[in-house]
Amino acid sequence: MTSDLAISTRRLRKVFGGKVAVRNLSLEVSRGEVFGFLGPNGAGKSTSVNMLLGLVAPSSGTAAILGRPAGDAETRAKVGFLPEHFRFYDWLTSVELLMLHGRLYGISHAELRRRVPGLLDRVGLTPHRDRRLRDFSKGMLQRIGLAQALLNDPDLIFLDEPTSGLDPFGRRLVRDIIQSQRERGATVLLNSHLLSEVEISCDRVAFVKEGEVVETRELNSSLEEPTGVIIRAADVSRDAVAALQSLARSVRIEGEHIVLSVSSTRVLPQIVRCLVEKGAQVYEVTPQRLSLEERFLEIVGSDGGL
Amino acid sequence: MGVWTMAGVTFREAARKKVLWMALVAGAGFLTLFATGLHFQVKDLASQSISPVLRREIMNTMLTMGLYAVDLLAVLMTILTSVDTLSGEIASGTIQAVATKPVPRSQILLGKWFGFVAMITIYIIIMVGGVNAVTYFIGGVMARHLLRGFAFMWMETLVLLSLTFVFGTYFSTITSGVLALGLHGIAFIGGWIEQFGAITHTQRAVNVGIVASLLIPSEALWRRAAFEMQSPLASAMRMSPFSSVSVPSLIMVGYAGLYILAALLLAVRRFSQRDL
Repeated sequence: MTSDLAISTRRLRKVFGGKVAVRNLSLEVSRGEVFGFLGPNGAGKSTSVNMLLGLVAPSSGTAAILGRPAGDAETRAKVGFLPEHFRFYDWLTSVELLMLHGRLYGISHAELRRRVPGLLDRVGLTPHRDRRLRDFSKGMLQRIGLAQALLNDPDLIFLDEPTSGLDPFGRRLVRDIIQSQRERGATVLLNSHLLSEVEISCDRVAFVKEGEVVETRELNSSLEEPTGVIIRAADVSRDAVAALQSLARSVRIEGEHIVLSVSSTRVLPQIVRCLVEKGAQVYEVTPQRLSLEERFLEIVGSDGGL
Repeated sequence: MGVWTMAGVTFREAARKKVLWMALVAGAGFLTLFATGLHFQVKDLASQSISPVLRREIMNTMLTMGLYAVDLLAVLMTILTSVDTLSGEIASGTIQAVATKPVPRSQILLGKWFGFVAMITIYIIIMVGGVNAVTYFIGGVMARHLLRGFAFMWMETLVLLSLTFVFGTYFSTITSGVLALGLHGIAFIGGWIEQFGAITHTQRAVNVGIVASLLIPSEALWRRAAFEMQSPLASAMRMSPFSSVSVPSLIMVGYAGLYILAALLLAVRRFSQRDL
């Protein structure tokens, strides 16, 4: 069902002049998911987000958000967006900026008067409510931008590099806000190259390279994922190795270590049982979960995305 | 709704521009100079035995000259204040936070347009009013059809504003500014060619001017405004270098109205379709 999807794209492509920014993006994000969009600089992350928001028209392919074609004006009332570099008229104060954006969302003045103080408090800018944006640091601009993206209690929130320019307190704040949006049932698309942020906040990530999703992976329930396992054991018979070969994708013996590659960690108890039954002494079983960073580097390659 | 929110913030943004304040300072300086010059002229004329009719015509010529300077200031101010409102905000990404709100892009553009129209209107009222006040209190004359003249000058700035908006949806700020000023320059030269063509009865020169006015009817509107504001005698004698010998017809005025509409539609269309 399309309506269960917050985001759905099919073969999305964008070419600027002769340069391909997004090659072939097919993506599905369920409602209520916190989804990480990971990739090196220039991988087409921002262009993809801009296409979903209707800021940039795709060269080909389709995109839908909240069950409606991307760019639909009515749907935008349910969407929040923090651009990568949030800028606005710098002569506005924090309160004025939020009131203005609230009016653009079509929120009534009375409702805004209720919401704005709470939002300023949420992003820690209450002491700066009457300060002009021109006196704001980059981090403070990110914070007010974040508040602006939450004005309408959105069903879908796009955060494009939300923690850039933020100190550790600010990052913590972003994390907490993402968490509370998740609890509210909102969908969040987090565009970032800060892996630790993504690892902490997201349910699922897509690795993007050269405008294409190279891989998506679940972050919280990784039992089903293929993984490497290192087992330290003694008295491993040939019989035992043969039995392991039927359970694992590959088996290698390195001294007292058995290096395995399995299709899922669900087979681990079976492997241990098998080893014990064949008379081996098992001391250690360590799944080698590939960290996000390792996978990222693997995908990006040695050129660092430059 | 979105239109008026955008118009309000654009008006405030425009009112903060240094260009506007410089235009007002320049305008005030000009009015002071104009008043001082007129004051001495009136005094000197009083000491000469000069017919009241001629004296009146001299005052009227001074008035037209003053309005001509105001027109030039208004043209420059219109282009220079509005030239980066689209291209600048597209380049900086400021527009992204607005264009992702549930407001159609057409309303964003029209809101900005109305914001500038409000600011320009106030500017012209102050300046045209100022010149007329000076000539009235010092020289005892006022523009003949002041409101009509004002309306045509106002329309002239709308032509330039709308054209600047069109360029802003296609090009960078600098390019848009150069194009808008350049086109007005063509209209300006075209206007003079038409004037001299009329004086020397060279129809083909007049036609060149008309073609320039079709390309951009800004200067034609000024000449119509000058025609409405100058004294009946000046119109009859066709003697003032600042007023109109070959007067643009009301058809040209109608054309200018359509021109504004077409430019706005083109700007809206392009802004709604382009990548931001």
